[in-house]
Amino acid sequence: MTTPKLSMRGVRKSFGTNTVLDGIDLDVAPGEVITLIGASGSGKSTLLRCCNLLEPIDDGAILLDDDDIAEPGLDADPIRRRIGMVFQSFNLFPHMSVTKNVAIGPRKVLGVDKATANATAIELLARLGLTDRSDAYPDQLSGGQQQRVAIARSLAMGPEVMLLDEITSALDPELVGEVLDVVRGLKTDGMTMLFATHEMAFAREISDRVCFLHKGRILEQGPPDQIFGEPQEPRTREFLQRVIDSGRL
Amino acid sequence: MGSGPFRNSAHPVIPMDSQTRREAYEQRQRRRSIVIASASTAVVIATIVVLVPRAPRWDRVKKSFFDGDIFTDSFPRLLEAFWLDIKIFAWSVPLIFALSLAIAVSRNTRSPALFPLRAAAVIYTDVFRGIPVILTIFLVGFGVPGLFESRAWSNPLIWGSAALILSYSAYVSEEIRAGIEGVHESQRAAARSLGMSSTQTMASVILPQALRRIVPPMMNSLVSLQKDVALVSLIGPVEILRQAGLDKSKFANFTPYVAAAVIFLMVTIPCTRLADYLLNRERRRTGATTVS
Amino acid sequence: MRSTKLIAVAAAATLVLAACGSDDATTDAPEAAGNACSNTIEDGVLTIATGNPAFFPWVIDDAPESGQGFEAAAALAVGEQMGYSGDAVTWVRTDFDAAIQPGAKDFDFNLQQFSITDERKETVDFSAPYYTANQAIVALNGSSAEGATSIADLKDVKFGAQAGTTSFAFITDVIQPTQDVFAYDDNVGAKAALEANQIDAAVFDLPTALYVSGVEIDGSSVVGQFPAAAGGTTDEFGLLLEKDSPLTPCVDAALQALTDSGELAAITNEWLSEFTGAPVISE
Repeated sequence: MTTPKLSMRGVRKSFGTNTVLDGIDLDVAPGEVITLIGASGSGKSTLLRCCNLLEPIDDGAILLDDDDIAEPGLDADPIRRRIGMVFQSFNLFPHMSVTKNVAIGPRKVLGVDKATANATAIELLARLGLTDRSDAYPDQLSGGQQQRVAIARSLAMGPEVMLLDEITSALDPELVGEVLDVVRGLKTDGMTMLFATHEMAFAREISDRVCFLHKGRILEQGPPDQIFGEPQEPRTREFLQRVIDSGRL
Repeated sequence: MGSGPFRNSAHPVIPMDSQTRREAYEQRQRRRSIVIASASTAVVIATIVVLVPRAPRWDRVKKSFFDGDIFTDSFPRLLEAFWLDIKIFAWSVPLIFALSLAIAVSRNTRSPALFPLRAAAVIYTDVFRGIPVILTIFLVGFGVPGLFESRAWSNPLIWGSAALILSYSAYVSEEIRAGIEGVHESQRAAARSLGMSSTQTMASVILPQALRRIVPPMMNSLVSLQKDVALVSLIGPVEILRQAGLDKSKFANFTPYVAAAVIFLMVTIPCTRLADYLLNRERRRTGATTVS
Repeated sequence: MRSTKLIAVAAAATLVLAACGSDDATTDAPEAAGNACSNTIEDGVLTIATGNPAFFPWVIDDAPESGQGFEAAAALAVGEQMGYSGDAVTWVRTDFDAAIQPGAKDFDFNLQQFSITDERKETVDFSAPYYTANQAIVALNGSSAEGATSIADLKDVKFGAQAGTTSFAFITDVIQPTQDVFAYDDNVGAKAALEANQIDAAVFDLPTALYVSGVEIDGSSVVGQFPAAAGGTTDEFGLLLEKDSPLTPCVDAALQALTDSGELAAITNEWLSEFTGAPVISE
């Protein structure tokens, strides 16, 4: 059995008296795509933010290639280089051009010289279909373009794992497709991904495994056909029914 | 003719081909605005020009404040003295900026180990915003040099400037801090997610955004500093305001002060216009849309 | 729309009415010569002004009403000659600079070591001189001004003095030193600068200089005084009055009486006799 790329053991997290993660156990194999689904407030975002140490966990362990990265007091910066994150609201740096947004990480963190970083950035942008926007500023781009730049920015660091936090939730429906295409490409390239989303059809299409989160626990997990086709838990069924009713499945 | 908004209009209700209805309306509004503005401006100017000289003591005021000969006599001397103000301003601004940045960033640290630094920054800001600049100039300008033996180190220009720097940094650091806190937390999240350290995040992501936001209040502080530079005259150096005062005593006339005011405006007005221009250019470049 | 124009017109009309309104004619007609001394700003009371604070030896303990100090004593003597004494005399304080400016005054006469100069005479009246003072230099012991015997010896000295005074003009016009002169709002600033080692020497009138070096600043001394004729100006102190004041002839008469009777000399001796010794610096 191969060592999981990313592993969560008994992860607990509370904000004040509010328990958001209540004992999460999850193993992500290398190259595996895992989708997290669940209602708002079920802990999906928090789980992802804990994985790249933006939030410290209260209890439990998070292992990246068997190293406990959630150990209190550990320097988070080298770890975050290995884990890429894409946010719902893109969070591009508005005072930098698109190319610089993508190149700044390698330049500052990996010490790559400016010329090389820019060349790599342009190459990445080309792969994501953004060559003609490389000199523009984020405010001048559409939502879909911005999110693709955000993905490129993350990829430029050469991450081993990508965390995608509802990356299409803030996009107009017609722009969602271009971003999902990029994610398909990432899967083809073998990227390990942990993916929180409301896009159920897409989740069904590309996930290796789907986890249903409810009140900070993984209530049910399994292959997409099982979860979407024959959910075992009543709450899973309830949630999926609501999703179907709202026309998103 | 019938009911409807154009009932009383002299124009028929047929939109012109070459102009939309909104364009025509806005053109009419513009013309009307120009007429009203010109008329009211003319009335105000006429009132001032006609009525002020009729005030009973206008001749004396004119002689006391607007004497042409004294103006011409004073002007070159004042210009020369102004050079000192410019120099003080020029070397103070970078130091104020550096100190303010240091204080603002100190206040913004989050690590518990740096608590003494944060506390020091808070105390500093409270003290130097609380004490009037004049007091700081006297206390630092006369008090500190007394500790030194050598003339070079007791120079009032050094300690007067130090007083200005200490006072102004307390204000400007708050402006920078406001700018830093105005940058959304998600920017920090994005930068840290890439693996950038706290310092790199502050330097490359937060500060550039923060500083762009605070150009208007900073310009305010700079314009204020341009005038407060004159306070250094309290501890000896003869800069423009002191020179104007010396001329005032010599001529027993206030025209030198008017001349000094003119010289100040010659510098402050272009500076603020330049700042506005830079701000607008930055806004256009990053493509933010404006709501009318 | 139309209301904007109406408002503009109304505003203009209001301004016109206001300007044409009350227009007090100033009456400057002098009183009949016989009773000139009664033309004080407040009936029956003589208002004398001096500086804030008033310094030693001109006024003792900043209390001119006591008559202690050269200027306090001289002023009260002048007042008595004019017919005012005891409760009929009140004291007010003014800024040195403000008193010299043109305009109406809130005192009858002012004395705080004002030197009589032609420029000042254009905006205010002066009485006849009541004291002649020399300029004197105060320096810290060991400074570059020490041991100077001529003006040439003082060229490289760093000077400071109160702005707008004859002392300041003396430095810039007569000594003409190579280094920029520092100016201060008052003598206190010049003294502070001396103590802070920001200037080598400060210039004051002689009595002030002797008091500063003798009492106020440790380790300082009067390096020298300039003879009355140096620089062409004799620093004579006069009482300062509003321009064209009707009291001026009366005050002059009072001073003359005090000089003739020897009372002025007696007052000078009582308060300033210790303060006359300092080496003389030639040109």
